[in-house]
Amino acid sequence: MLMPKPNADVLAKRDELVAGLRRIVADADAVIDDKDDLRAFECDGLSAYRQLPMIAVLPSTVSEISDILKFCKAEGVNVVPRGAGTSLSGGALPLADGVLLGLGKFNRILEIDYDNRCVVAQPGVTNLAITDAVKSDGFYYAPDPSSQIACTIGGNVAENSGGVHCLKYGLTTHNVLGIEMVTMDGDIIRLGGKHLDAEGYDLLGVMTGSEGLLGVITEVTVRILRSPEHISAQLIGFPSGEQAGDCVGKIIGAGIIPAGMEMMDRYAIHAAEEFCHAGYPLDVEALLIVELDGPEVEIAYYQTQIDKIAKDCGATVSRISETEEERMTFWAGRKAAFPAVGRISPDYMCMDGTIPRGALPKVLARMNELSKQYGLRVANVFHAGDGNLHPLILFDANNPGELEKCEAFGADILKLCVEVGGVLTGEHGVGIEKRDLMGEMFSEDDLKQQQRLKCAFDPDGRLNPGKVFPVLHRCAELGKMHVHNGELPFPDIPRF
Amino acid sequence: MQINKITEEQQIADMLDWALAGRHGLAIRGGGTKEGIGRPVTAEQGLDLSGLTGVEMYEPAELVMKAKAGTTISDVNALLRQSGQRLAFDPPDYGPLLGHAAEAATLGGIFSANLSGSARIKAGSARDHLLGVQGFTGRAQAFQTGSRVMKNVTGYDLCKLVAGSYGTLAIATSLTFKVLPRPEKTRTVLLYDVPLEMAQPLMTRGLSSVHDVAAAAYLPADIAAQCDIDYVKGPGKAVLALKIEGPGPSAEFRCAAIREMLQGEGALEELHGMNSETFWAFVKNVSPFVGTTGTIWKVSIPPANAAKVIADILGKAPEARYFLDWGGGLLWIAMPDGLEEGGDGVVRGALSGAGHATLIRGSSDLRQKIAPFQPQPEAIRKITARIKDGFDPENILNPGRMYEHEDVKASI
Repeated sequence: MLMPKPNADVLAKRDELVAGLRRIVADADAVIDDKDDLRAFECDGLSAYRQLPMIAVLPSTVSEISDILKFCKAEGVNVVPRGAGTSLSGGALPLADGVLLGLGKFNRILEIDYDNRCVVAQPGVTNLAITDAVKSDGFYYAPDPSSQIACTIGGNVAENSGGVHCLKYGLTTHNVLGIEMVTMDGDIIRLGGKHLDAEGYDLLGVMTGSEGLLGVITEVTVRILRSPEHISAQLIGFPSGEQAGDCVGKIIGAGIIPAGMEMMDRYAIHAAEEFCHAGYPLDVEALLIVELDGPEVEIAYYQTQIDKIAKDCGATVSRISETEEERMTFWAGRKAAFPAVGRISPDYMCMDGTIPRGALPKVLARMNELSKQYGLRVANVFHAGDGNLHPLILFDANNPGELEKCEAFGADILKLCVEVGGVLTGEHGVGIEKRDLMGEMFSEDDLKQQQRLKCAFDPDGRLNPGKVFPVLHRCAELGKMHVHNGELPFPDIPRF
Repeated sequence: MQINKITEEQQIADMLDWALAGRHGLAIRGGGTKEGIGRPVTAEQGLDLSGLTGVEMYEPAELVMKAKAGTTISDVNALLRQSGQRLAFDPPDYGPLLGHAAEAATLGGIFSANLSGSARIKAGSARDHLLGVQGFTGRAQAFQTGSRVMKNVTGYDLCKLVAGSYGTLAIATSLTFKVLPRPEKTRTVLLYDVPLEMAQPLMTRGLSSVHDVAAAAYLPADIAAQCDIDYVKGPGKAVLALKIEGPGPSAEFRCAAIREMLQGEGALEELHGMNSETFWAFVKNVSPFVGTTGTIWKVSIPPANAAKVIADILGKAPEARYFLDWGGGLLWIAMPDGLEEGGDGVVRGALSGAGHATLIRGSSDLRQKIAPFQPQPEAIRKITARIKDGFDPENILNPGRMYEHEDVKASI
């Protein structure tokens, strides 16, 4: 993975920069320059790539963040923001000549506001902690990425995180009401708040999912929802992936939007069952977990319909959770699918493409061919309701060349997703992992247009450079107009 | 201004080349129903996209549709209805409110203005449902962002910017958006004679309940009196409304549960099917203010501030009329004629910094004089101006409609 070449001038003044940062933050220990201590930040959830940052700084106030960014801008130093470091795409991978800005000290919930149905939290609060804070009053925060115990709400906004319930309840972007952020200029700004639809250009909307390239999030206001009255999960097994995919389409076509609809293939089912004994049927090729929530009468009404649809699609197994404990067991297998696969293979790489659901049979078939071609096994878990695939490619990094082979296989899967009308990433982000594949999905002009947005927030390109975009353009170059040179291509008004 | 009716995309490209070469402004319009929102656009040439119509892709089982920008919302609704689906963000029709025909609003217009109806509170905004955009930037370049799938975090979400930019960043020619199943049954519980101070707490109680309330509005007695439904105007009282929708047995069950919950708060009634639809159309289309004179403001606030903001406004403009949607988070205000600057200071002064107010209806003189869109703090203004410059460096697309032009090239 090629990263921007470290700037020798910046590296040469490291000691000065450390001293400068120590003058800004009150706590001297908050500036870390010792190599051993920096080790803690060398990678995120994409651990195949590691890089020590030049310096790490852990501020405790928003004004410290503002001063740090102003200082780095003035000194020409790159900055990489980091929450819990759970990104699966390398979004928080440090830069050799960069300052790593850790938000871990911003870990307080600032306000629980039931009148306005929202919670205001600092960015370092974990996703699950928000739900925990309101659970006893019967509320929860809907987006639930599988790393929700560890991942932070600031990181969720930066990555526009999803989870198994976004089919019905949306991604982070649909559940964030407002943020406070600091720009690379050091300006502290508020976007949105406790009201809806921040006016003007939707800066909050583009900040969400901007992968730390536009600003540093320092506070987040999220919508909380009332926990549903009842929740029920159903396991449905099929003799083929095609039949399971067909069933998903027919459930949605019948007007039912389940709270979650997950699919696992044979390989993932067996790995998960071995790992946590969820009671999954082992004689099926594909397993659906369909979760419904709401009043009992509604769940029963939909379950009758789903049973019929499943049977018509050839389901061989169908089981509805009788108790909350059983429901949790159904999920335990799915939620443990990644570590379960991790146990049976020395290494695995998780892909994250989204496809139009109808293309599933074609994509599964092609993936099997690729698996044979590369000689690497693949297990599939799939947010079936919204078409978000998570193929897990199994490999052994100790075998020379196998990581590269795995990456090539992964790239082929993502290209396939784009080819059938889908996208490179549904919820894990581009980061460094899919950076060089962006050209598969966007034209050069469209990528430039996206980078012009970065120029609006961060004209010097100091925030998280080397991520998301395969080619770094200078903003002055992007600003140029090539269309006209003072000559009139159409001297007269076009007549239609 | 000469209006050029666009029938194919190449004409837009030609027009943009011409405009760029001579730095001419272009006014961009669809059905024209919303051209009274924002500053009047001064341009020699206008592009009328209402002829660029047609559904390009509709896959009900994938919950997705793609259509040309000039396709009317009513055509889209009719097609969706055939498959038992709908636009869940519930687009409103401001045509009659702004002196135009009903049912002329286009997809391009609705998304460019990011307009959502009463269901916004639960289902999300128009921009939340926009998955992909094709069109042209002010650089005269073909432009594409987003996709056709529900879950996509590949690159910046520029759809979010295009939605709500009133044609000042790009000309959208095709839009891809999420559609959702139409619920089997819709019911509305009415609670009469609720005083304003109790309106938001009661709506919040409904929205915070397990009964999955889809919309919540409050009409003071004078506004309720204008509604055509007997149950609403008959009693001559203020009306608080909670909308329930879903499969038959569930809607019935939850409707009964809501009534139970509101026992003791006042007299209750229930609207079914057609009446329920008529009621929510009356609210989302701002029908109470159709045919009136004076300015109209759309105000987005933290719901719990509603009573205070209204009291503040009525204290300074006692003849102002109002009603609440979005559980108290959306305040519609009609200001009487003759108020200084159309009530700008009164309305925006009442917000105490939380929320924003948009002038939705006002004379072109007024829209020239005051800021129709909420003025921005300096740091946000700077970013806004740079975003505009990135998409439309020569300021040819709807120049000045949202914000005054700033030359920011030196700062980038």
